[in-house]
Order: sequence, then C-alpha cells, then structure tokens
Amino acid sequence: MKKEDRLEKNPIEEYLRMDRIPHIWCPGCGIGTVVTSFIEALKKNKEDLDKVAVVSGIGCTGRVAGYVKMDSFHTTHGRAVPFATGLKLANPDMKVVVFSGDGDIFGIGGNHFIHAARRNMDILIICVNNFNYAMTGGQVAATTPMTANASTAPYGNYEYSFSLPYLADACGATYVARWTALHMRRVTKSIQEALNHRGLSLIEVITPCVTLYARRNRLGDGLNLLKYYYDQSVIEHGADTRTLDIAYQGKLVCGKFIDKEKPTFLDAMNTHLSNVLGDDYELYGRINNEND
Amino acid sequence: MKKTKADPKGVLTGAHYMDGDHALAEGALAGGCRFFAGYPITPSTETAERFSSRIPHVGGVFIQMEDELASMAALIGASWGGKKPMTVTSGPGFSLMMENLGLAVMMETPLVIANVQRGGPSTGLPTLTGQQDMMQAKYGSHGDYEIIALSPDSPQECFDLTIEALNLAETYRVPVLIMTDECVGHMHEKVIIPPAEEIEIVERKWYTGPKDEYLPYKNDKDLVPFMVKAGDGYRFHTTGLTHDERGYPIITAECQKVNVTHLIEKIRKNADKIIKIEEDQTDDAEILIVSYGITSRVAVRAVQKARRAGIKIGTLRLITAWPFPEKRIRALSKKVKAIVVPEINYGQMVKEVERNSVDRCKIYSVPHLGGWVHDPEDIYKVIKEASK
Repeated sequence: MKKEDRLEKNPIEEYLRMDRIPHIWCPGCGIGTVVTSFIEALKKNKEDLDKVAVVSGIGCTGRVAGYVKMDSFHTTHGRAVPFATGLKLANPDMKVVVFSGDGDIFGIGGNHFIHAARRNMDILIICVNNFNYAMTGGQVAATTPMTANASTAPYGNYEYSFSLPYLADACGATYVARWTALHMRRVTKSIQEALNHRGLSLIEVITPCVTLYARRNRLGDGLNLLKYYYDQSVIEHGADTRTLDIAYQGKLVCGKFIDKEKPTFLDAMNTHLSNVLGDDYELYGRINNEND
Repeated sequence: MKKTKADPKGVLTGAHYMDGDHALAEGALAGGCRFFAGYPITPSTETAERFSSRIPHVGGVFIQMEDELASMAALIGASWGGKKPMTVTSGPGFSLMMENLGLAVMMETPLVIANVQRGGPSTGLPTLTGQQDMMQAKYGSHGDYEIIALSPDSPQECFDLTIEALNLAETYRVPVLIMTDECVGHMHEKVIIPPAEEIEIVERKWYTGPKDEYLPYKNDKDLVPFMVKAGDGYRFHTTGLTHDERGYPIITAECQKVNVTHLIEKIRKNADKIIKIEEDQTDDAEILIVSYGITSRVAVRAVQKARRAGIKIGTLRLITAWPFPEKRIRALSKKVKAIVVPEINYGQMVKEVERNSVDRCKIYSVPHLGGWVHDPEDIYKVIKEASK
C-alpha cells in the first residue's frame, strides 16, 4: 500500500522522516514516546521547523536525529553538546536541541555537559535515561542504580550513580526537569517551556529499556516498568536537587526543579565586550536573539 | 566555485614583524574565519590569544572549549551553521581531535586545523620543535580517507597558507590541516599583509535548487557535493554513519564502497589542482633534497655547501604534504641518483618518497628526533655520501 493510499495518517508524520520508518527501537522502548512529546511541544509552540535543529550523539537515543524532519545531525559519541554549541554560536537565531541518551551526555560526554551548563549555553538538552548502555547490549552506566544488574556488572552495580538534575543544577543549568516516559503530557509541557527558555535547559526523561535493563533485572515488560513509574514517582516541583538520587526500583522524584533567568553565553559575551570595548565592539548575533 | 575578495574588516594590511602563531591568526581573519574554538596548548596558544583579542573588533566568535574533542565538535557544528571555522593545537591536542576529524571527513565539512608541532610521543617536548605528526595528519583517524595538509616554512607562509587552507576546505568540503612546527610558530619575521582586495576568497559551494530536492551528498562534476547551512529550511540530515546521497545511514558493504571511495577520490582526482611544491635546480640535479617546513630552510645551508663542492643538487619543498606529490617524485626519481629527505622525525614522509621511487634511485633519510632543528652539517654529510 502506498503512503498516500492510507486512510489514516499518523498526526506527527510531517515532522518525521517517514522514508526512514520503521525505526530501530525495540517494542516497549520509551524513546519514541519522548520523540512524540517533543514533536507535540513543537506543534503546540508553533515553532518554525526551519529554525529548529536536532543534534544527537551515539546510542539508541542518538538515532532520534535520523528520524525527525528538521536540520538534524547524528554526531560522535558524547560530542553532541559541543557540536550543538558550535551550531548555536554560528547561527544564534536557531533553536538547537540535543537529543541523546544518558551514556552519551553524562558518561562519555559528561565534561562537555558540565561546561555547557557552566556557560549557560542557550541549548535544550533532552536526555533519555534508560539506566544502561543499551545500543551495545546493556552495560553498566553512570546512571545505573546501585545493585542493578548490567552485562558488565553481572553481580550487580556497586558504583554510585549520577543524579542528573543535581549535577545540572550544580553546574549552572537554568532550567532543569525530570519526568518518566509515563508523564507524556508533562514532558511535552516541559519541552514547550524549555524551548522558550533562554539558557541551558536539561530535561531528563526516565524510560523503559525492556530488552536489556528490564530483562536482565527480571523487571518484566514495558508495562511493568510503567507500573513502577506510576507507583514510585512523586511530583515535587522545586525540590532540593540534592535529594533526587535514584535507588534501585526506588522512589522517582519528578518535576521542574530549576527555572531561572541568567544571561546566556552570547548575552554575557555581548554585554561584557560592549561595556569594555564600547563602540569598538562588533555586536554578535544580538539582532537575531531579540526575536526569541 | 565562486570567488570574492576578503572582507576588509579582518585584514590588517601592512608590513608586520610577527611570529608564525600570530600570522596563523591573521591569516584566519583575512581568510574569512569568524569562528574559532580552541584549547590552550604549547606551542600553539598564541594563535588563540591573538584571535581572541582581534575577533571582538571584527565580528565573530572565539570560544575556549573544555578540551580538543569539544573544539573539533564545535567547529563542525559551526561549519554547518555557515561559518568558516578554525582551531589550532599541538601533538596531544591533535591526538584528541582525531575522533571528530573523522566525523568532519565523513560529513564532508569544511574547516581548518593548524598543528604547531612539538616533539612527541605523549607530552614529549612541549616547548621544542618537531615534525612527528605528519603521518598522523594523514592516517590519524580510523578508517580510509584522504585529507589536505599544508606545511608553511615561515610566518609569511603561515599567513598565506591559512587563507589557502580556508579556501581549499570550502572548495573540497574537507578538513584542511596546516602542519607547521614550534620553530616556525615562534619565529619572528616580516609578514606582509596585502590589501583586502588582493586577497582571493573562495565561497562555499551553496546549493540553490528546490528545497525538497536537496541531497547533501550528491556528487557534482568536480566530485564535491553542494552544501546548505542549518536554518535555511532544507531540513537535511547528516551522520557519521556510512550514508547515501540523502545523508541517510545505509549499513551495507555496497554503500560503504560508494561512500568511502567518494571521500578518497574527490581529493585524489583533484590532486593536481591541490598540490603545491617549490623546486630549485632540479633540471640537471643528480641529488634531490625533499623537505618541508622549517627543515627546508635548514637544508639551504647544506645545499649551498654541496653546490660549492661541485655536487649537482636540486631541492623540492613540499608546500602541500597531503595529498603527496606522487607524480613529481616519480618523475624525478627516474632522473636523479639519490633523494635525501631530512625531517624532524624518525623518517615519515621519506616513506612516501620511497614508495614513489621504488628502486629507481637511492633514498637517504636524515632523521632528527626533535627538540632542535638539524645541524646543516649532518645533512651535508648525507648529501656527500649520496653523491659518491
């Protein structure tokens, strides 16, 4: 059946590269849910898709860039954030979104994240956290809760894990939220807000990895994991980010924790150099930024 | 290929006394670079320092990144954002850049990296000269690819070749390397910066057809695909994975063959247009000296001494190190008795000379492991030995 013959169309088709569908994600995976939320947010915000770019690294979530129909970049492992930094600085009127996984952004790319947050670089980072390195077969990650099993932690993980919102807050991020794949509408709303936020935004979305994390830990299927999210997630907007650790199958504190204004990298550069150099300074990108 | 004149805002026209590192920064500004991301590393830091002090007056961005991995990633992002980007580094940073150098090659992204070489391996000789990264320049990132690398021998050439590098990067959609060294980088000499209208700038090969028909990796006649920039509504995709004309990943041997062959051929088939060498008295030479960068200047004294001793000696200087001038070396290897290759490493480019002369003449490597330049006398001794 040809595409145009179909009676029903997916309402987000025009935002996707339909010539690349079906996607590679497993049944029960939560990444597609987050992509749907992202696209809903773009629709609700009436974003000009010509001015939105998606940058991904490597991994399961790294494949998002390949499926969304806007300027999209599938880069190297861990380097999506500095790539996005270059893209944003070269083209300040664009909204640059990093869409990648926990291993990519906070494992191999951790150093880049902390510095982008420190600079309050005006990019949105959507981090899909599935608690393990899924693309390579379920290895232990910087986000794997203690005692959980992984293919390279076959007797259980004994390393402390990162609390992503705490890290982001400490490093200077100006919008920080955490949700699970169960909270689709709240994820959408957070992305809507973050798209309009000037500065570095981090939205962590905890998602089921059925094939690896759940199977290896005998946690059941996607539905069981959503049930876990339902039972154990609590919404505490503005919670102290020091209290957001995630224990194995433990409480998942969700909500918007940080939403504050602070000059972005380019704002600070323009303001400071204008003050110091006066008329000798060539303003950079400000005209475009005023449209935001 | 559209050519324009340099933007006068970036051109510091006049006669200057400056070192190679500073000349790299001035070449970048004159050549149209308005985005510089870098990480401090001896002996290249002065380039970043100069760029950061000059760019606020010219209009553009300098950002000091958290490491060289990030610098390279930012360069690729900035290039797709429409800028002509550049960075500068030295050995250890160059090693870190290899990962995203491969991405730039695969995404066919124009950008320039200057490597002010120092002695290695590892931390090696941070403040002292070397030419030990010449093979890394060509083979440092994994996979098969071709690249362009230039080798300036003076601050003036640091300026000139940076403009050339920016132009070549745009012409061939490829990362271009400027393989200079600590000695040239820190050597102060006269640098003439011409008026802006005398500096030729190559514009990017922008695609202008219908938006929904744009294919980021469809070959043009010259094997170089047209480019667009993010934000202009083409909604394109690009990836480090093996890809087809659309930029979509295709993980098959067939697509790999087409994709990688293209990356190699767009440089190899244009090699004659890219390669620049400088020859002196090679017409009737019996001995040929092949050198590059600072070593070509050290070799001058040895050559002069050899000529006084009646040895028929010619010189060939590699201004372009990669692609290697295979044809010319092949032709000369048929005429001369021996080729002498001094370089500040254990013998790297000499392997290319050997490969292209087979057994037609004798090859003499004159290695120096870095920290200082050759004693011209050491080069002369080998010339004398070769002429026997």
